[in-house]
Amino acid sequence: MRPLYIAGKKISIEKDPISTKTPWWMTVIAVVLALVFCAGFMLLNGNNPITVFSKMFSGAFGSLYGLSETLLKAIPLMLCGLGVAIAYRISVWNIGAEGQFVMGAIAATSITIYYPGMGAFSSITLMLLAGFIAGALWALLVAICRSYFDVNEVICSLMLNYIAILFLSFLVFEPWKDPNGFNFPGTAIFSSSQKLPALDDLRLHLGFLIALAAILLYAVLVKFTHWGYQLRLLSANANAARYAGMNVKRQIIIVLMISGGLAGIAGMVEVSGVTHRLSQGVTSGYGYTAIIVAWLARLNPIGIVISSILCGAVIVGGYSVQLIGLPASMALMIQGAILFFVIGGEVFSQYRIRVETISPKKNEQTSSSKVEVL
Amino acid sequence: MQKQSNMPYAIEVQNIVKTFGPVIATNQVSFKVKKGEIHALLGENGAGKSTLMSILYGLYRPDSGILKIDGEVVSFKSPKEAAQKSIGMVHQNFQLVSTLTAFDNILMGLPESWWRGRNWRFKKVKEIESLAKEYGLSFEVERAVWQMSHGEKQRVEIFKALYRQSDIIILDEPTSVLTPQESDDLYRTLKKLKETGKTIVLTTHKLREVMHACDHISIMRKGKMVASMPSSETNERDLARKLMGEMPVEVRRIEKSESSTKPSKNLLELQEICAKGLHGEQALNDLSLFVYPGEIVGVAGVAGNGQKQLAEIITGMQNPTSGGIKFKGKWINHSSIKGMIDIGIAHVPEDRLHTGMAGSLDAVDNLLMKDYKKEKHSNLGIMKHSRNLDWAKSIINNYDVTTPSANYPVRLLSGGNQQKLLLAREIEGDPALLVANHPTQGLDVGATASVHNLLLDMRSRDRGVLLISEDLDEILKISDRILVIYQGMITGEFEPSKATREEIGLYMTGSKTQFNVGALA
Amino acid sequence: MEIFSMDIMQLLIIASISAATPLLLATLGGILSERAGIINLGIEGMMLIGAVCAYIVSIYTDSEWLAIIFSLLGGSALGALLAFLCITLRSNQIVAGLGITLFATGLSSYLGKSFGGSQPQTQIPNLDIPWLDNIPFFGEIFSHLNWMVWISFFIAIVLYVAIFKTRWGLHLRALGDGPAAADNAGVNVYRYQYLMTIIGAALCGLAGATLILVYTPSWNDGLTSGRGWIAVALVIFSRWHPINAIFCAILFGLFETLGFKVQLYYADIPPYFLKMMPYLTTIVVLMWVGWRNKNKPNGQPISLGKTYIREQRG
Repeated sequence: MRPLYIAGKKISIEKDPISTKTPWWMTVIAVVLALVFCAGFMLLNGNNPITVFSKMFSGAFGSLYGLSETLLKAIPLMLCGLGVAIAYRISVWNIGAEGQFVMGAIAATSITIYYPGMGAFSSITLMLLAGFIAGALWALLVAICRSYFDVNEVICSLMLNYIAILFLSFLVFEPWKDPNGFNFPGTAIFSSSQKLPALDDLRLHLGFLIALAAILLYAVLVKFTHWGYQLRLLSANANAARYAGMNVKRQIIIVLMISGGLAGIAGMVEVSGVTHRLSQGVTSGYGYTAIIVAWLARLNPIGIVISSILCGAVIVGGYSVQLIGLPASMALMIQGAILFFVIGGEVFSQYRIRVETISPKKNEQTSSSKVEVL
Repeated sequence: MQKQSNMPYAIEVQNIVKTFGPVIATNQVSFKVKKGEIHALLGENGAGKSTLMSILYGLYRPDSGILKIDGEVVSFKSPKEAAQKSIGMVHQNFQLVSTLTAFDNILMGLPESWWRGRNWRFKKVKEIESLAKEYGLSFEVERAVWQMSHGEKQRVEIFKALYRQSDIIILDEPTSVLTPQESDDLYRTLKKLKETGKTIVLTTHKLREVMHACDHISIMRKGKMVASMPSSETNERDLARKLMGEMPVEVRRIEKSESSTKPSKNLLELQEICAKGLHGEQALNDLSLFVYPGEIVGVAGVAGNGQKQLAEIITGMQNPTSGGIKFKGKWINHSSIKGMIDIGIAHVPEDRLHTGMAGSLDAVDNLLMKDYKKEKHSNLGIMKHSRNLDWAKSIINNYDVTTPSANYPVRLLSGGNQQKLLLAREIEGDPALLVANHPTQGLDVGATASVHNLLLDMRSRDRGVLLISEDLDEILKISDRILVIYQGMITGEFEPSKATREEIGLYMTGSKTQFNVGALA
Repeated sequence: MEIFSMDIMQLLIIASISAATPLLLATLGGILSERAGIINLGIEGMMLIGAVCAYIVSIYTDSEWLAIIFSLLGGSALGALLAFLCITLRSNQIVAGLGITLFATGLSSYLGKSFGGSQPQTQIPNLDIPWLDNIPFFGEIFSHLNWMVWISFFIAIVLYVAIFKTRWGLHLRALGDGPAAADNAGVNVYRYQYLMTIIGAALCGLAGATLILVYTPSWNDGLTSGRGWIAVALVIFSRWHPINAIFCAILFGLFETLGFKVQLYYADIPPYFLKMMPYLTTIVVLMWVGWRNKNKPNGQPISLGKTYIREQRG
């Protein structure tokens, strides 16, 4: 970038070699700017953005019910977000969380269909296991394509999403359709032993604790174990990891399977805790929103909790503005805008502005006084 | 255009200063190149010659100083402007698009003819072919670049510069990737270009080449221009003295202290190893060698003669296509990196931050890279955090690594400290054999000395060291036995006390060989 | 093949070609930006914005041509945003593309909703070529296709010629495979990347407009129903080649139509597996290509997804 000369001062923008982290408040600013940006579109259409935002806010946080709904939405986002974050750490661009989520939901439901009469503990455990395995296997396909056939994982995981969703449609329209369901495309409602326990009068269920536990487990594993060290090394420099004797291919496969497995658990938690049946609309894009969640959190586990709740709140807020005639998918618009501004902020904070005073005689000797603005 | 009086220089550089942060890359450098000569700029790695070349063709802008082309003061803002002043650059890593043909690469970026149909193409191919012949540059015009050898790519690059009407051609380390025959061809071509009136500037750190082929020689050391004279007024010995500065040309040997009774059993033995290079070429050709415990074996050779593959095969990073590896008397059938580490082979790779370390991680994590699974550092898969930190601190202390803290990202350390850290890690595991590939590249004198001391220390503990280096002085200084590698074969073996530089040099360039190698082309 | 009479075959081909048009346009857009090294995962979003722009403008103005122009503008606005994020801010191209799609999905449904399902009065007509009717079978197929079909074919051919027969195309190919080398040879890398991403996005917008102006003349949320993602697959399936893209798009159009037709005529065959075909074929073909061309250039732009960063200048 060309320096700017103003009043005997040389002002240049340069990349700060040391700063790699973006301060947390940059994200807050980005969120605010994103809301302002979206407000522009609302004004354009004759809506009062303040009304809309306050409606959204009170919808998401204004009542116990709203809060519980927000946390409810955050559950699959946390699990899928953690999944993609793990893969992204080692630069594997798994965008297949959506499909892995669906396969997890399908596998969990298959337990309810083929082994209906079990007790609550065993059926929930089995469902969780099935969800994890199905998601992991679905991600294994991506891993095989990437490692052995040189297929770009972005495309591969994207294609598998659609295959999974179509497979889901097939199941709920054909073999698994509830015979007493008035032709509704969905399975029969789960029995109470197949449902995750929820809070009284609210929909918030045990899945929230499962998601928090998963994130905690991940944070602990990364910090204290071999596997965490390997992950760190691999994310820092894959060549060095290979040189240190790590089987990089196998590690990528393991990471992708864990990533898929977490999305699979999210699918299980969603059918067992929220919808209580497998139906077509089970995903509603959690797998894609999770990518935004992971990115907003900069792949940091605690950040994932916060950004999941934020995105959950935006989704719930989106529902509540339907009452004043706006579409719920406004939530997507706000999420997208937040992402843009966070990306912008990230780049912004990697640079610092350097002001040098130029001595008037010659510009050979510059007495440089660094002024760090950011 | 130009003043006909006192014959302007093609390039005239006056008092150029260029700094990168605190580092002074070129310090008050002045430099003149006559029209129609081949001018060599000599200097070791990091002497500032690449920076000077980058200033000449407009990539960097100098902090101060004057640059004149054909007597006219210029100030390039970009390589494009330099190209308009008929300066063409041939980079060390070729600037060619590998999937396109030579033809497309040559015409890339040129404004002529927006429509490029079949007829136009046909005509152009003919034109390029005949022009290339005229310059004595042979390459397949319609072949994709990824299918070409290094020499062919370089000829395309040179032609690309010529085709852009360059009168001054700058070549950065042109022979570093070439086989000796290709280098000879290159110099023949350059002489031919000189005859057509082109001015040629090339950088290198190889003395022998410049004596043969160049008209004028300038020498840089540590960012300064230390000498400049016609090649007829100097000789290799003189050049070496100027290049090395105060260091004596005759390297002081560091001999083994104990009596040199050779152990009966060798540590490592390679038998007729063949291996493929990066582009599928035969990089190692029935190479055999052995290393005894308690000796440093120096492998000398011009870069690109299979050194990388040699190191990678011993350390398991690449598998040989044929041949056998024997370590401590046992054949290794299927080598893996992990397997080689476990049997005690340590490795200092050529490129520190690319393979040897993870730059964004701290010293603790980098030191743990190969040992984290050992009981000392972890228990049942759980890392022993505070203990590892103490351990890392003690290593940093013992090996005299300068770092603000053990938790400082290593990419921010100096090259010397990075290398010390890397060597510390490799040596701490007490390996039986250390393969060190260019261990002192880009290091200053002090850091180089401490790296050498670490290697000598390995020797005194009866460990084997295979030192692969381009720096002949380094090899002469510390090795107990010298092997010369040329085109993937060992072509000579020397006692360092009896060998002369000249003699080894002849083997390195393939003019001589001790062994009966019929396959030598 | 006896189960289909000649007429049904013809109808099937016509339907496939028609279904292929939006896919083809979006694919061409994707090819342009990917050849310049920028992965466009915002295609779905750009199509939606193109569609909603066409929808609104055609309601206001009753002019299909103005609608097309605004869809191009809407698409290129998103393209400029993608280019800014990926090239200037050097952000991750996958995340940026997904962000564009999310944002555009929300924005399009927000904008479309306010028109409450009213229908524009304009449609792009068919191009009747009566003399073609005299040629049996194929002539009959091509005699009554929509204008947009011909326009999409025309754009594909123009792009083919431009990419492989012009100076501009050489630069485009060069910068996808070796941006540093192209930069060195004097190609303005960033300008080309911006330009290609924006033009590509405009084509995606046009693809969206086609959906409104030819197929479903009314707005509903998620109108594109995943066509943008199919186009992402098609870009790769066609090996970044505009002429291949025509045939690949028609093949995928055929899958789409078969999905409907089979549902109509043979109620007991589940259509889901037919609908999976585009995705399955893409994966299988990619695996096959990957297996055959190990360590060789396989047509994929080498710098794809990696933002070119010029060496720091002093």
